[in-house]
Amino acid sequence: MDKILFIEDEPTLQKAVGEILGQEGFEVLSALDGEAGLELIKKEKPDLVLLDLILPKKDGFTVLKEMKEDENLKDIPVIVLTNLEGMGDVERAMSLGATTYLVKANYELDDVVTKIKKTLRG
Amino acid sequence: MSLRKILKQLNIFAECRKYGITAWQCPNFLFVVMGLVIITAILGTYYIGVHYVAPEIVVMIVVVVTTVLLLVGHTIVISFERVVQANKMKSEFVSIVSHQLRTPLSSLRWSLDLLRSKRLGQINKKQKEYLDIINESNKRMIGLVNDLLNVNRIEEGRLEVRPSSFSLDSLTEKVVEEIKPLAKDKGVNIDFYLEKKLPLVYADSNRVRMVIQNLIENAVKYSNKEIKSRFVKVRIERDENKLRFSAEDNGIGIPSGLRKRVFGKFFRGDSLVKQRTEGTGLGLFISKGIIDLSGGEIGFKSKEGKGSTFWFTLPIKKT
Repeated sequence: MDKILFIEDEPTLQKAVGEILGQEGFEVLSALDGEAGLELIKKEKPDLVLLDLILPKKDGFTVLKEMKEDENLKDIPVIVLTNLEGMGDVERAMSLGATTYLVKANYELDDVVTKIKKTLRG
Repeated sequence: MSLRKILKQLNIFAECRKYGITAWQCPNFLFVVMGLVIITAILGTYYIGVHYVAPEIVVMIVVVVTTVLLLVGHTIVISFERVVQANKMKSEFVSIVSHQLRTPLSSLRWSLDLLRSKRLGQINKKQKEYLDIINESNKRMIGLVNDLLNVNRIEEGRLEVRPSSFSLDSLTEKVVEEIKPLAKDKGVNIDFYLEKKLPLVYADSNRVRMVIQNLIENAVKYSNKEIKSRFVKVRIERDENKLRFSAEDNGIGIPSGLRKRVFGKFFRGDSLVKQRTEGTGLGLFISKGIIDLSGGEIGFKSKEGKGSTFWFTLPIKKT
């Protein structure tokens, strides 16, 4: 069973995504801020990380950067799931090593699940 | 400018009240003050020069007048700065509010997706109907927030485009297929004509998609209910080193008095269809912003009661 960590400070989003991923047969872990998220990544070594960018304590860019600098964690794929959509933000996240970049407001939940499955298979 | 308009503008206090600022912050008033000071100064110097022939007094008057003018000038600059700042604050306000709105809106969207997918249990027909209504409203709200953010970016010159080479005809075909059901509901027939062997265009395909969608949807939306065979003709032709997209309809057209405002913000054809239509009136403003940034041109011709043709061009190669 693939383990997915969702780092997101909005509990309602956590719940909806957690629900559907649970039904799809994934084990879902969640963190509400960047620091807790990074701790969980180190402890649980998830198969995939869903990462928001605007987060309390440690923002998503920093989490991404620290993950990619860590030999043990750098191969875990990261899907950025955010409402930031400036070209600068996208480029920064991609150059830091994000696998995919999704703007929340523009995707249906099913599209997000499809992207997750595709990333895990690829 | 007609005489009446000039007289109306001379009523400075009313003009300034319109902006919600006091007279001493209002450029119109300050310019009049400046004018009066200059006239008085000229007459005063002339009078003194003729009667007393005292250079010291003339110099003094010139110094005083210059000081007054500098002060007035300074006040005008400050008042303009205020206006600029107010505009900037408005932009920031829109931007912050829109970003803040998107989080709860996406929450709502995904929760609705879950409910509607029946993953949380069966829902009956009536419940589904209402969930669909909420979903549509939510989507419109997300659309509005996205539009407002785009308007904001255009106004601040921050709209980003990521150009690449793509096929305008296949993109258009996709959009046409998407809109066909909506058009069918309205009894409008969409035809798609294109020349053979069209080259690729160089632009931001995501943004151009928005423009195509906007133009065709408008053509469908403002169809003429009194005509039996309502159509929209979508064409793509080569025009030297550009491709030209056009959407022609036999809809209600645009009265000549409104033409200047078509690409402005919040322009809506409400009064034209005599009923409230969906939409924010931002679509054409954004479309123009996108096409301008892509090195193309956008325009329209229209005849009231006969129909409109909206068109844009895009460069084939990198410019």
